[in-house]
Amino acid sequence: MQDKMIARAKELLRDGAVNRVLGWKTGEFVYDITPAVFTSAEELDRDFVFDAFTAANLSKYLVKESKKEGKVLAFLKPCDSYSFQQLIKEHRVDRENVYIVGIPCEGKVDIEALKARGISGITAIEETADAVTVKTVYDEDITVAKQDVLFERCVNCKSKKVVICDEMLGENGEIVDSDRFDAVAKLEAMTPDERFAFWQNELSRCIRCNACRNVCPACTCEKCVFDNVNSGVEHKVAANSFEESLFHIIRAYHVAGRCTDCGECSRVCPQHIPLHLLNRKFIKDMNELYGEYQAGADTETRPPLVNFSMDDCEPSIVYQRGGNA
Amino acid sequence: MYQLSLDNLQNFFRQIAAHEKLYIPTDKDNVAVYAEYAEGMQLTQKLNTNRSAKDFFFPQTENLYDLRMNGKNLEIEDTREACEDFVVFGVRACDVRSFAILDKVFLADPVDSYYKNRREHGTVVSLACTRPEETCFCQSFGIDAAAPEGDAACWIADGSLYIKANTEKGETLLSYVADLLTESDGSAVAAQQEKTRQLLAKLPLANTDFEGMKKTDLMAHFKSPKWAGLSEACLGCGTCTFVCPTCQCYDIREFDTGSCVKKFRCWDSCMYSDFTLMAHGNSRNSQLERFRQRFMHKLVYFPDNNDGVFGCVGCGRCLAKCPISMNIVKVEKALEVQDA
Amino acid sequence: MTKETLIPLLGVVTDIRADTPDVKTFRVEAPNGGKVFEHIPGQCAMLSIPGAGEGMFSITSSPTNKEFMEFSIKKCGKLTSWLHQMEVGQEIAIRGPYGNGFPVDTEFQGKDLLFIAGGIGLAPLHSVINYCRDNRDKYGKIDIVYGSRSMDDLVDYKEIIDEWCAEDGIDVYLTIDRAQEGWDGHVGFVPNYVKELGFDTNKTAVICGPPIMIKFTLAGLVELGFDKTQVYTTMELRMKCGVGKCGRCNIGDKYVCKDGPVFRCDQLAEMPDEY
Repeated sequence: MQDKMIARAKELLRDGAVNRVLGWKTGEFVYDITPAVFTSAEELDRDFVFDAFTAANLSKYLVKESKKEGKVLAFLKPCDSYSFQQLIKEHRVDRENVYIVGIPCEGKVDIEALKARGISGITAIEETADAVTVKTVYDEDITVAKQDVLFERCVNCKSKKVVICDEMLGENGEIVDSDRFDAVAKLEAMTPDERFAFWQNELSRCIRCNACRNVCPACTCEKCVFDNVNSGVEHKVAANSFEESLFHIIRAYHVAGRCTDCGECSRVCPQHIPLHLLNRKFIKDMNELYGEYQAGADTETRPPLVNFSMDDCEPSIVYQRGGNA
Repeated sequence: MYQLSLDNLQNFFRQIAAHEKLYIPTDKDNVAVYAEYAEGMQLTQKLNTNRSAKDFFFPQTENLYDLRMNGKNLEIEDTREACEDFVVFGVRACDVRSFAILDKVFLADPVDSYYKNRREHGTVVSLACTRPEETCFCQSFGIDAAAPEGDAACWIADGSLYIKANTEKGETLLSYVADLLTESDGSAVAAQQEKTRQLLAKLPLANTDFEGMKKTDLMAHFKSPKWAGLSEACLGCGTCTFVCPTCQCYDIREFDTGSCVKKFRCWDSCMYSDFTLMAHGNSRNSQLERFRQRFMHKLVYFPDNNDGVFGCVGCGRCLAKCPISMNIVKVEKALEVQDA
Repeated sequence: MTKETLIPLLGVVTDIRADTPDVKTFRVEAPNGGKVFEHIPGQCAMLSIPGAGEGMFSITSSPTNKEFMEFSIKKCGKLTSWLHQMEVGQEIAIRGPYGNGFPVDTEFQGKDLLFIAGGIGLAPLHSVINYCRDNRDKYGKIDIVYGSRSMDDLVDYKEIIDEWCAEDGIDVYLTIDRAQEGWDGHVGFVPNYVKELGFDTNKTAVICGPPIMIKFTLAGLVELGFDKTQVYTTMELRMKCGVGKCGRCNIGDKYVCKDGPVFRCDQLAEMPDEY
């Protein structure tokens, strides 16, 4: 796929259809890949990479890139395409300045999951369709099935379908049946005390680095309330071990109905906090209360939280669901 | 050098904990963290802790003093207290060296008494590495992962813990566990060091050389055209800063408890947009400038002011944690190419 | 416990003067009278009020004054607004002194001095000007060029007219940005006025004002033949600790709070342009 992408990017650059390419750049190891803008065939040949580790969602970069001179080519995976379409819906990107090539995705490998299996001192990783083989300085040669080391969001993939593109490279996939709400259901089955303890433990690890917010394609406010010194809630640190809940819960509320469940928040968290569970709980609730809705699936459907219908549940639903909701 | 069977490790911890608060790296929620030793707590098998060890001396947040206002009267209360003695066990060579770098900041005149207090009361027991990772590059800064510094240094080899005191504090620590220790000629340690050093030489970043940064002057690095490409994808988050054992920038803020205002300080990041924000403007408006500041500070400004010592110990946390995998090694390599 | 530089001392505001519509001068003494601490001209102090925050301000009084310190402060943010509404007798937290100050006992000695200020930029120069007046025999001729938006915005106008203008060996040149009734002095921006006046290049110059004014005035002085080694300025940057540790005011290998705020312009030319 990587070769096909480079070839297509070069064509589009040569034809003048685009003047730059947004993709992923190779790093020092196999897995340390950085989003990058390429402007020449030489750069593409030298640095462009697409493999099991090109996990970063590029959509958010298009907010800025689409405001620049000329058209940019963006390769979007299914997840990224939902985020991008949601950004169009919110008028955050200039669609006409982006040429989208959709690319299929079979899930991305989480290097942390590989390392959690005791693998370290990686010198090379080879990839086949279903597995990765890791070589280490300890003279090990370890083959692991991709399925066992995918990101959580890929294990529970919601869709392999690119929902918006100018052309597709390879075959587009389908929306898939996903077990992504199972973990939410598990949380819902807890008593309020258990659930509080769960989140207290998870969120107490937060170091308030803002990686989750800054990577989030739905967090595109020009000035975040948590960065505004005049807001009165701007804090760099918690007053107690659970105050971070405020930041994360407010953020989850603010992206409710706009979060496409791309999973970037959990992917980048240096403290391994399962932040996606907060957003997924909201998605599940909205699905149950207002009918199925997938943010980013199209540009027309009104999001449930800015829509009104006579069938909407009453605010009293909160009481009916009680402490276990 | 002394020796103790690993079967006795819990006794070793228990006896130290009977004298002073003891912190060891242990597994919690799938990552290694420093935790206060409790009966039965196991030492992690992971190479290093998720967060650095700087918290022990420069915590993410700490109270400085209290202010109380009553009409026109103001009361300033010095809330400092002498820190209890404590022991941190299992600190890796990179993190031990980070304390020396923090010392250069906080113990320089005027001395930061909050930091000094903790530093005076803390005993650092290092632990030699045996399984370095691909993200490790401590050797680029002259650090030997097989021979860590610290008040006392430890090695784990052939089912035994070997320990050697380097300072008076280290000797005190050994006295807590003297009955568990037997003398050793350290041959097992020497053999293991040899093995570790061979592994270190095979690491992908083994030949990363930062000294080249010193060949070019400050402004040439500052004006390098490479910064635009390097910072292009930077999200402006503080992950690199907060996992870094040597980043020491801080903010001073207030928290109103209702009965008093607590002045506290907390870690801050030069990557944040409000770091240099003032009432009438910002001296670094773009992420390029903020990104450049962080790396210039570690690789150029800090060595300029500290006898050539870089503000990095090669622990590799930022390499592993940056959401976009941009890091100090990539920056160094890019600048080196440009300046060659 | 050893002394901690981050913990402030108590000061009492014993006098408040309104200088301009948005600048007030506050006199601060120790609770039992006298100065809270000694300083040299050009140094700063961190003032704070619980709930309103903490900020770095130039000490505007001369160290030759042994009874009190003064601060001329423009109202522009949360803390300064609070300071502007407080009354005499208010206690505040104060720590310092911070920074290097002007080289009044070395480079400035025996020199003709040219002070150039714009708006509230007079505040940091006020201390050094009065210090030189009080040690008149150590310095040569003193020229002062001071401009502001309007007549009402000239800080310390009364002192300038009654004392500075009346003193031998001191020439004061005032200017305002736009003509106004009751003003028969010069009208125009400071950088242009400096060029018009065309000073001898044997002077040591000190500039303070908004960044844009400093930039153009320096360019003007260079045009007149001044070398950058003869020109000093004092900088303002966001600061928190005041002792070169918190990292906020780091530019190049300098910390403005510790290595500055006074810099010679040839030093500035070798530093990243991040101020």
